Amino acid sequence: MSELDGVPKPEELLKIDYQPPRKGWMDTPVNFKPGTYNYPAASKNHKILELPFPREWSPMEEDWKLPENWKEIVVNGIAERLSKYRSFKVFMDICVRCGACADKCHFFLGSGDPKNMPVLRAELLRSIYRKEFTAAGKVLGKLAGGRELTPTVIKEWFYYFYQCTECRRCSVFCPYGIDTAEITMIGRELLYLLGLGINWALEPAAKCFMTGNHLGVYPHTLKDTLEFFADDIEDITGVRVEIPLNKKGADILFVTPSGDYFADPGTFTCMGYLILFHELGLNYTWSTYASEGGNFGLFTSHEMIKRLNAKIYAEAKRLGVKWILGGECGHMWRVIHQYMDTMNGPADFLQEPVSPITGTKFENAKSTKMVHIMEFTADLIKHNKLKLDPSRNDKLKVTFHDSCNPARAMGIFEEPRYVIRNVCKEFYDMPENTIKEKTFCCAGGAGLGNDENMEMRLRGGLPRGNAVKYVQEKHGVNRLACMCAIDRATLVPLCDYWAPGVQVTGIHEMVANALVLKGEKERETDLRGEPLKELEE
Amino acid sequence: MTFIMSIMLPFIIILFLLLLVLGVVSYTHLENVFGIFIPYLALAIFLMGFLYRILSWAKSPVPFRITTVCGQEKSLDWIKANRLESPFTTLDVIKRLALEVLLFRSLFRNTNTELNEGPKLIHWSAKWLWLAGLTFHWSFFIILTRHLRFFTEPVPFAIQFIDKLDNLFEIGVPALYLTDALIVAAITHLFLRRVLVPKIRYVSLPADYFPLFLLFCIIGSGMFMRHIYKVDLIKVKELALSLISFRPALPEGIGVLFYVHLFFVCLLIAYFPFSKLMHLGGVFLSPTRNLANNNRSKRHINPWNYPVKVHTYEEYEDEFREKMKAAEIPVDKE
Repeated sequence: MSELDGVPKPEELLKIDYQPPRKGWMDTPVNFKPGTYNYPAASKNHKILELPFPREWSPMEEDWKLPENWKEIVVNGIAERLSKYRSFKVFMDICVRCGACADKCHFFLGSGDPKNMPVLRAELLRSIYRKEFTAAGKVLGKLAGGRELTPTVIKEWFYYFYQCTECRRCSVFCPYGIDTAEITMIGRELLYLLGLGINWALEPAAKCFMTGNHLGVYPHTLKDTLEFFADDIEDITGVRVEIPLNKKGADILFVTPSGDYFADPGTFTCMGYLILFHELGLNYTWSTYASEGGNFGLFTSHEMIKRLNAKIYAEAKRLGVKWILGGECGHMWRVIHQYMDTMNGPADFLQEPVSPITGTKFENAKSTKMVHIMEFTADLIKHNKLKLDPSRNDKLKVTFHDSCNPARAMGIFEEPRYVIRNVCKEFYDMPENTIKEKTFCCAGGAGLGNDENMEMRLRGGLPRGNAVKYVQEKHGVNRLACMCAIDRATLVPLCDYWAPGVQVTGIHEMVANALVLKGEKERETDLRGEPLKELEE
Repeated sequence: MTFIMSIMLPFIIILFLLLLVLGVVSYTHLENVFGIFIPYLALAIFLMGFLYRILSWAKSPVPFRITTVCGQEKSLDWIKANRLESPFTTLDVIKRLALEVLLFRSLFRNTNTELNEGPKLIHWSAKWLWLAGLTFHWSFFIILTRHLRFFTEPVPFAIQFIDKLDNLFEIGVPALYLTDALIVAAITHLFLRRVLVPKIRYVSLPADYFPLFLLFCIIGSGMFMRHIYKVDLIKVKELALSLISFRPALPEGIGVLFYVHLFFVCLLIAYFPFSKLMHLGGVFLSPTRNLANNNRSKRHINPWNYPVKVHTYEEYEDEFREKMKAAEIPVDKE
C-alpha cells in the first residue's frame, strides 16, 4: 500500500463539491496542488527525441522559461492543426454546451473541478481559437467567448490536458460525437511545441525509441526475463516452454506491452501467453526490437505515435512473418486499430491473418494484418482446441473491466467475456452504465499513471472503483480482470483504495491456469504460486 | 464572464432590436427594408455562410479513422456485431448517422450521476435533455414545413396534411398548433436547465443565450400574431409569394407584429452560419460518427502522411550487437 502513502483517506477524498465557484472560469487561475499534477519531462528525453526547447523547469515556479516567440508558436500550431484535422476544426466550432458530457468524465466525478467537465476542458482551447481565428472573437473578445492567450492559459492547459486520460467516454454521450481525446491530444502537441511535456509519458517514449520498449529493457535482459518465466512455468506445470526470440521464418510475430513482462500482475499474463503458445505449438516469435506494443507517442503527439509504431511493421518485414498477433493492451490497440495501417502501412508484405490452429480467417484484420489475442483465443475455444479446466479458477469470482481503448476504439466486448466465461465459473458484470462503451477509465492512462499524480488518479478512479465495490458487495467478486497493461498497473492501487480485497488479473493468466497441458504435472498452485483452492480455515 | 453578463448581454441586445423594429416600422415607412431587403440579405448571408462553413470544414482532411465505437465490433462470425453502434460498411454509417440526426441516439444514452452515502455513485438514466432536444428540433422542423403554405399556391397536399395533423386537437379558434405548444415547452426546458443547473450555467456563454432569446421572440411573435394580435394572412402570403418568385411587392397594412416576426427570423438565419447553430451541418462531418469501424479491414489514407525519423533495426543492432550475441539472440550482421 506504499503507493497510497500521503494520499488523503477515502472519507476525505469523498468530500467532493460539485458546485462550481461563483467566479467565472476564465477568471479562476489554475492551482498546482501536489498529488494532482505530473512532473515535467526531463530535458534529456526531449533531446533523445529531438523535440524543441529542452530545458529544466517546474510547474510550481512562476516562470516556465517559455521561448521568446511562444505565442506565435502556439497560434501557428493551432492554425496548422486546423488545416490538418477536420475533427479539430469541427469540434472547435459546433459545441452547443448542452452539458451532456459534464458528468461523464471520471475526473470531474472524482474532483468536482468544473474544468474537468469535458465541455470546459475543450473551452480552454476553444476560447483561444475564437480569439485568434474567428471574426467575432477578434472583435468582441470575451463577449464572444474568446480570451487572450497568456502564460496563465498555457499553465492551465498543462494542468488540465494532463487531467484527461483520453478515454473518450464523453464522446459516446456527445450528440455530435465531439471527442475530447482529439482536443487533449492536440493540446498536448501545442505544449510540446513549447518544450512542455510530462516525464512519465516522454521518458517511456524516449526509451521505446532507443531500446524498443517503454521500460528500456535491453535485448539480453528481455531474454533473461522470459527465461525466468519459463523456469517458473516449469516449476508450476512441469512443462518447459520455449522462448523464440527474433526468430526469422516464424509464422507469427507476437507483440505485447512491456508492462506484461516487467511487473506483477502483468507478468502472470505474460506467462499465460507463453503457456498458450507452447501448448498450441505455434510457430511464432517475440522481438527484442519490437518489444513494445504500447505506444506512449499516443500521449505525446501524432508524429510520435508514428515514430514509435513504425518498428512493428519493420520488424515483421525483417523477420518475414505472415502476420502479427497482439497481446492484452489498451492504448496499444487504439494505435493498432485506428492509426497503424494509416501511418505505417500498407502491410502488403504480410498475409491476411489465418489461425494456423483453426483455419479461421480474420477478415476483420485483413488489411492491418494484426489480430487481437482475445479474438485469437476466443476462436480457439469456440473450435474446442483448448482443453480447459475452469475449476482451477474456482477460488475466483471475476468481474471484467472494459479498457477504454479496446472498448471505444474497437468495440471488443464479447470476445473477452466469452473467454472469461470459459475459463472460470463465476463471472459477474459491473452495472450496465459502467461497462462496454460506457466503461469508466482506470484514471491512470494517457501518461498519468505515475505516483506523483496519485491523488488525482484515485479521484478519477472513483467511478470505476465504486462499480467494482458494487459487485464485490453483491456477488463477492474478488478478481478484476482486464486486458490492458496500464490497467494491470493502475487498477491495483485503485482497488486497494476503493474496493480493498479485489485483486487484478489479466485474462490470459486465467486462461493458462485453466489450460490443461500435454504432459503437465498435477497443479498445486496457480501462476502466482498461490494454492489453487482457498485454504479451509 | 459572469452569469449575469452572459445572460443579460444577449437579452439587452434582443430587447433593443425588438424595440428598434417596433419603433421603425410603426413610425417610419421602411416596410420595404424589413419586408424585402432584409429577408433577401439574410437569406443570402445564410446560404453563402452555410456553404462557406461546410466547405471550410471539408477542406481540412480526415487523417485518421477515429470512430467512436459504441457497440460490438465485427470480428468472428459467431459473435453478433452491432452494426448500428459499430458500423462496418458505408450503409451502416448512414444508418448510424440517421439515427443520430433523426432520433438523437447519443443523447438518448444520457445519464445523470449522483454521489450518495456509502459511497455509492449512481448513474441514473436521464432522458429529459433528449426529450426536450428532440421535441424542440422536430417541432421546429414541422413548423418550418407548414410555413411553406405561405410560399405555395396551390398548397401541396403534403403540407396541408402536416398542417391538419398539427391541428388535430382543434383547441381554440384559431386552433393551437400542437407543435407550437411543444416547442414552447421544449425551449423553456432548455432555457431553464441552462439557467438552473449550476454546471450548465457555469459553462454557458452569451452565444448560448442569444439564440434562445431569438427563438423565444420568433415563437412568441408568431403565436401572438395567430391568436391575439392578428395580422392579415392573405397579405402575408402575397408578400411571401412575391418574394419567392423574385418579384417582390409589398402589400399595405400587414401589421407591425409580422415585421417583428420576420425580422427575428432573418436575424436567426443570418446569425446561423457564424454560430454554434452550425451543429446542424457539423454533425454530418463529425469524424467520430461518420466513419466506419473497419480500420483493420480497410486501409484509411492520410493525405498528408509524411516520413518521420525512426530508430531503425540496423541502428538498434549496431548498438546492442555484442550483448545480443552474448545472449545468443540472432543478429543480422555477425
